[in-house]
Amino acid sequence: MRRYTVLVALAVVFVAPLLWALGTSLKSQTEATRVPPTVWPAEPTARAYGTLFEGTTQTPVLRWFANSLIAATGQMLLVLVVSSLAAYALARLEFRGKRMMFGVIVGTLLVPGFVFLIPAFLIVDALGWLDSLTALIVPGAAGAFGVFFLRQFFLGLPRELDEAALMEGANHWHIFLRITLPLSKPALATLAVLSFLSNWNDFIWPIFVIFSPDYFTLPPGLSILQGAYTIDYPVIMAGAVLASVPVLILFALTQRYVIEGISRSGLKG
Amino acid sequence: MATLTAKASTARAATPVAWSGWATPYLFMAPYLVLFCVFVLAPAIYGVWVSLHDWDFLLEGRPFVGLDNYTALFDPASAVYADFWMSMRATGLFTLLSVPFLVVLPLGIALLLNRSFRGRTFFRGLFFAPYVLGVAVVCLMWRLLLDPNLGLVDWLLGTDIAWTTSLPWGWVALVGVTVWWTLGFNGVIYLAGMQDIPRDLYDAAKVDGAGRWAEFRHVTLPGLRPVMLFVITTTILASANMFGQSYLLTQGAPGGETRTAIVYILDQGLGQYKMGSASAMSYVLTLALIVVSVINFRLFRGRS
Repeated sequence: MRRYTVLVALAVVFVAPLLWALGTSLKSQTEATRVPPTVWPAEPTARAYGTLFEGTTQTPVLRWFANSLIAATGQMLLVLVVSSLAAYALARLEFRGKRMMFGVIVGTLLVPGFVFLIPAFLIVDALGWLDSLTALIVPGAAGAFGVFFLRQFFLGLPRELDEAALMEGANHWHIFLRITLPLSKPALATLAVLSFLSNWNDFIWPIFVIFSPDYFTLPPGLSILQGAYTIDYPVIMAGAVLASVPVLILFALTQRYVIEGISRSGLKG
Repeated sequence: MATLTAKASTARAATPVAWSGWATPYLFMAPYLVLFCVFVLAPAIYGVWVSLHDWDFLLEGRPFVGLDNYTALFDPASAVYADFWMSMRATGLFTLLSVPFLVVLPLGIALLLNRSFRGRTFFRGLFFAPYVLGVAVVCLMWRLLLDPNLGLVDWLLGTDIAWTTSLPWGWVALVGVTVWWTLGFNGVIYLAGMQDIPRDLYDAAKVDGAGRWAEFRHVTLPGLRPVMLFVITTTILASANMFGQSYLLTQGAPGGETRTAIVYILDQGLGQYKMGSASAMSYVLTLALIVVSVINFRLFRGRS
């Protein structure tokens, strides 16, 4: 019983701020600035959402939402394709330079990411990708985590199936498509969710490579909103809710996979 | 089974298989390798080159200056010296203040969640939920919660504290919000580690008459040693990488005291366009982090 008391008390600390943000987004402007503050709106109103979706040319919120969706989905698909192909080679095939390639790829997992930020910016500029959705989708897909994660999973799959398929004349492309991928659905789903979450929430990269409001995603957009509606807290909180709801739903649906995936991949290194 | 596998592998060697010659592995690797080389490997090397030049993004000429960008960081008379080291100090302080909480508190929560009971998965998800939100959302929310006039926190505590603009409260806010946001992540790693500790070690401890505390000290803690090393190392890295909270929550206030190294470096490089100098700074910070990681590994090995 004592366990539940402690857990519930802690849970309140973790959830109350989220509920409060939701509540504030449903408040009127006057209620949001009332002292003492109310926790939950006395007269709930959807006005803030109306203002938010209306947007302005400087704050096209629905456009940001669409950009976030396109960038996160695009990068997720790219990560799944390139990582699974590379992971298959690293887990199942023998070739010259394999150990070195794997070592270099995994080594970058240990280097703090910011080291690459300025030169990566210069390279993206040289490619002419600054201020485009391409800059939000492609460079981030080069991360080593996906390859490492899928390789570990592929190594655990039974080899007998591959061998049998090879004897029947299948080539590696068939084995990859018809055996490895179908058997790896849980790992692919975990990687998909993790990749989507990290791109959806990324703040640092988009604020540097995107200049025009039309190409912003929600996280940098929120910081513009804060400037544009400084005192209209309900609108700002409505933006925060808009950015959170999709990932919270995604997380709630896939919680078991994601938590399991994170703990396993983190430790088996 | 063993003979079957052996037969199968000789068969593979003997059967010429279409479209799986020497090039096959490289074809599988190619799409990723292209991305990796262009966006990870090339920047890593290119950054060193940039750091050896007076690299202004907006100007044509980028004269080679050798190690000048590096020596300037250690020369008290240079323009960047004071600000750079103040930001390094802020990063160090934040790391020092946040890591103990992020190592110890999640361990406590993982212990609470480790035994099986009704609602375990639900609570596990609850503590992890804030981590799913991005830094932009988290900071926006807490900026308002910590607002001295309208915020719920001051009102609940009956205080009148400027959480985000004064010291030491700026640090309390940064550490508190970061712990609230990321604690679930470490908790999950601990939980996974606890599941890997063999059950019979606990049974043996019980037979020896060990209480809860003795069990924790002599079974759980030693069993978690590799996990602890992982948690401490990744948490130090994450804390030293802190950017969003300083940029969005305190905005470096007051007077740049809470501006972390990454915020300063990125402002120099991508805000002021002094990319050579900024690149040199990021390598100095990286070197410092490598030193810390090595010490961390040594300490852990030494104690076992």
